[in-house]
Amino acid sequence: MAVQALPPEKLLPDSQPTYVASWIYVFGVASIASLVVIVGSGVILSLKGPAWWHATGIGHFINGIHLWAVELFFFVMVVHLWGKYWMAAWRGGRTRVWITGAVTFLVAIPTALTGYVSQQNFDAQWISTQAKDGLNSLGVGAFFNVTNFGQMYSYHVLLLPAAVVGLVIAHVLLVRRHGVVPPFVLDTSRVSPVEQTLAPPDADVRYSGGASS
Amino acid sequence: MSRLGQPRSLDDTTAWRGAYAPYDLVKELCTAIGVITLLAVLLTVLFSSPDDRPSTIAQWSRQMPVDFATTVTAELDGTSGTAKYGPPYNQNGPGQHIAFIHLQKWLGVSHPINTANDFVIDPLKSIPANPAVHSAIAVYLAAPANNQAAWTAAYAKALEKASAGADGTVTVAAGNYGPVATITNSLLALAQSGGLDGDLLTSRQFYQTDYTKPLLFMSDGGLLAERAQAQHLLGTQWGMMNETGSYPGQVWLWLYTLPYQIEPFKSSTNADALVMLVMGILSLAFICIPFLPGIRSLPRRIPLYRLIWREHYRSDHL
Repeated sequence: MAVQALPPEKLLPDSQPTYVASWIYVFGVASIASLVVIVGSGVILSLKGPAWWHATGIGHFINGIHLWAVELFFFVMVVHLWGKYWMAAWRGGRTRVWITGAVTFLVAIPTALTGYVSQQNFDAQWISTQAKDGLNSLGVGAFFNVTNFGQMYSYHVLLLPAAVVGLVIAHVLLVRRHGVVPPFVLDTSRVSPVEQTLAPPDADVRYSGGASS
Repeated sequence: MSRLGQPRSLDDTTAWRGAYAPYDLVKELCTAIGVITLLAVLLTVLFSSPDDRPSTIAQWSRQMPVDFATTVTAELDGTSGTAKYGPPYNQNGPGQHIAFIHLQKWLGVSHPINTANDFVIDPLKSIPANPAVHSAIAVYLAAPANNQAAWTAAYAKALEKASAGADGTVTVAAGNYGPVATITNSLLALAQSGGLDGDLLTSRQFYQTDYTKPLLFMSDGGLLAERAQAQHLLGTQWGMMNETGSYPGQVWLWLYTLPYQIEPFKSSTNADALVMLVMGILSLAFICIPFLPGIRSLPRRIPLYRLIWREHYRSDHL
């Protein structure tokens, strides 16, 4: 069943449609690459324990990689999301692709927040005492206490990263199943007056529309 | 820009039957991981990462003894931020609500805190062989509520003009403060010795990971806010998206911190609940963009797609 839905040639393709030719496509794979670096550096930090990075140079260095990978992750993911919005990438039965991508972004936010409040420094103290008010105002603080380091650390190193990674896997599998969304099919009978004005004098309307043309 | 026409209004997506170009997914992913790793290492080498030491109650009581004594008095008479907070810490405040929805109240008290007992009385009771302190506590607890309130109010007023000595003690004008001055000064001494940091973490277990009590106690005082202001971390400074030092913070929270800067959220007593509601609605809308008329059509109307797929349209055009 799974192989029928996603045969190897779709899962690991050796060719892509020629329209997949823009720098904007780089930001999807860059998001995954950032996540890989975040998880890798995070695993090292958790293997050594939450206090290690405060006391050693190498620990601080790994923490730096973790932090900057997070900053890069959010940057490339936001560009990726904007790119996909302007492509209307939910077309052609790809609604679930969009939804998994959007939910991944939203789940990544508490994942980062739990990291910030698990730092065991002044930043963690301040962020946790401020974030509690927003969460408490909706009753969330009753079961998700940002001033409880132990609880936040568990969420940060296991529960939320597992959710993010799971969502990314689902997102990528859906992309592979449905393929990269094709360009809009243009209808040359509906050239707008503005475009006619902007078009260079030698431009010629020869595009007949249709993705396969 | 060539005259390529406009996209058809319906979902015109069909299976691609055009040309394909060679593609190596594994190579692309490995290259991306290499580049991102290199970037992260480079940024770390150039800028490192922030790690400002945490504040302690001992540090606070030594650096700002008057502020500490004022906070202790407020914890004792139940006028501090935590004392009046409401759920999930106590029932002394209504909590925030959105119209008739009182989620904060409905979910109840899950982390009970009695500021007078937890932050002041119980830590002082743990001091062995100090009859003066134990006697002061006994007098305070045995006094009628109006006497307690009169003592703490008088002492709080006196603290407004108090001065701190070089040895960290607090001096106030003479007045009728009952046992409150003894209680406050004893807790100040305990805090300056470093003992209160540990006392507020003590529970039935040996190992501790819950810093709720010390953090709430410290946030009632002025030290954390003073440090935060210097680092541009206050809510009024868009602090939610800032980081200590000059590092980029949680920039992705810009939209979440925006409503706090404007009315009606800025001055609302339910600001947090209202902002969370707005962000919840916006988040849901973000997920549901494919179903939202107007928003889902914008990519067709604003031709950024021509920039994205310019190679495709150019090659088809030719």
